[in-house]
Amino acid sequence: MLQVEDLWVEVQGREILKGIDLRIGPGETHCLFGKNGSGKTTLLMTLMGFSGYNVKHGRILFKGEDITHLPINERVKLGLGLSFQRPPTLRGVKLKNLLALYSKESDAGSELALAYNFEDFLGRQVNLGFSGGEIKKSELLQLLAQSPDLSLLDEPESGVDIENLDVICQMIRKLLQKEVRKNRQKSGLIITHTGLILNYVNADRGHVMLNGQIYCHGNPRDIFERIKNYGYEECAKCRLFEQGSKI
Amino acid sequence: MNYSENHYNTNELSDEDLLETFTPASEVEGPKDIGEFEEEEIERLRQTGIDLTGLNRAGTFIQTNGSVQKCDCESQGVELLPITEALKKYNGLKDYWWKLISPEKDSFTSEADQELDNGYFIRALPGEKVIYPLQTCLYMRNENIAQRVHNIVIAEEDSELHIITGCSTHPHLKSGLHIGISEFYVKKGAKLTFTMVHNWGENVYVRPRTGIRVEEDGVFLSNYISLKGVKSIQTFPTATLAGPNAVARFNSVIVAHEGSDIDTGAKVILKAPGSRSEIISRTISFGGRVVARGHLIGLASNIKAHLECQGLILAEHGVIHAIPELEAHVADVDMSHEAAVGRIAKEEIEYLMARGLNEEEATSTIVRGFLDVKINGLPPELNKELQDVVEECHKGM
Repeated sequence: MLQVEDLWVEVQGREILKGIDLRIGPGETHCLFGKNGSGKTTLLMTLMGFSGYNVKHGRILFKGEDITHLPINERVKLGLGLSFQRPPTLRGVKLKNLLALYSKESDAGSELALAYNFEDFLGRQVNLGFSGGEIKKSELLQLLAQSPDLSLLDEPESGVDIENLDVICQMIRKLLQKEVRKNRQKSGLIITHTGLILNYVNADRGHVMLNGQIYCHGNPRDIFERIKNYGYEECAKCRLFEQGSKI
Repeated sequence: MNYSENHYNTNELSDEDLLETFTPASEVEGPKDIGEFEEEEIERLRQTGIDLTGLNRAGTFIQTNGSVQKCDCESQGVELLPITEALKKYNGLKDYWWKLISPEKDSFTSEADQELDNGYFIRALPGEKVIYPLQTCLYMRNENIAQRVHNIVIAEEDSELHIITGCSTHPHLKSGLHIGISEFYVKKGAKLTFTMVHNWGENVYVRPRTGIRVEEDGVFLSNYISLKGVKSIQTFPTATLAGPNAVARFNSVIVAHEGSDIDTGAKVILKAPGSRSEIISRTISFGGRVVARGHLIGLASNIKAHLECQGLILAEHGVIHAIPELEAHVADVDMSHEAAVGRIAKEEIEYLMARGLNEEEATSTIVRGFLDVKINGLPPELNKELQDVVEECHKGM
């Protein structure tokens, strides 16, 4: 589904990503761990094609097509989708109008809002005065309406209280077709700080990012345990952790 | 570059020169009947919010140049007269005439005081809730005239009324001067909504002078829309909230095209405890200049007032100058303001592109939202005009 090859990225003249390799197959969910400022969000923004993220070297293949220099909306057409960590506020633009624009089926937006107890927000201006949890819900609702094949989720659980965490994770499971056991098609790449999400959403692989490089690949729960016990730096040292296994 | 003068010659003509340039409207005969209007004029008025069939309207007042073509009122709850007749009937309207604005304020008020080309008188009777809006139209049909009107609107105690007023020039007319004095009296417990649509020619000067007084529990809502080219507009309605819990709210949507100079805003004096006010303006410049003012003055305790100026510059040379002012004279007030001007943030466009919209669709969505100010009872033709503004954004990108 996604193949990132030796990706080097500069932001405002500063080298942020330094040779990223990553592969995500159909139906797989991957978690990306790392400290603040390690380059996780930069990777998602680059995959999505935002301006200001300059690819200096390497390429991004999505469903076999080189999308490294494709405009954002063309990538979306191919099946990429992103849930923002801190989305901008759109004054006067109502959530229901956006949902209607993205939805593949006409009434999908309001049905989704109903299913996740978010109808009251349909008439609200997008992100205006939303709490942390409401922002995440609104992002995931929009993503569900889009139904992308690969969902990039930037810290979907940050700022969410325990009560809403459950709903957020239900939405993520739906997005990633977790109810499908065989031939699941939808894939995901989730950035997480807390690892809390691992208790709710099954992930297939984990990766650790440090200073713009990915060090570890492996079972996400094992990796997260190690981070908890020894810190991110230790992960960088124990690159042999999953030696021999392919990326 | 001398940014203040190069593009905008606001002082091209002094007030006195302006007044001398144009022929008094009363010297240029208007049509006898609205039946004389041509199809394109009817369409033009429709775009200005005026429906000549009078369908779903409580009453209609049409003044062309200096003469009144129509002054009919279906509703029993409201009195509608040309101002000249009202002055006769009510013995000079002594309690209302020039009570909120001084005739000596400037050259334009003094001109209107001395040379009147009529205007309208509207009075919602006590306790009457008028369901359909009443429409008034001030129309300039001939080139190079000066139309000087004076309007008095009274919402008596516990009445409710919505007025849609359309001010326009003939579709082929380029040049003119409109002076409009308006005094609004909202009495105890009354609610008055005033929606004004401006649709002028590219070389027209517009000088409204407006005063509003709202008494206890009264509500005054003003919506102002100006989307088309104009040479110069200068308007700064001033509302006094004189009774406890009085409310005044001003919404405006203003587009300044290349060559337009629009100086607009509102002042609200919150004199009585518990009074509330809100001034919200959305302005777009396609190369013209807008000054978006707002001045809130809190003189009594427990008042609440908010000011918001949002401006988008969508073409080179466009200028938006937001001047929000808050003035509190007592401690126990809640007054705030918010102002933001500039181009559409790239972040917002890309956010929508990340949801699959192309750049043009993303821009339209944002501008449509920007212009979406709650105005009830707007005719569909006007919504189409708003849509045209959205379309035009792409040319400037």
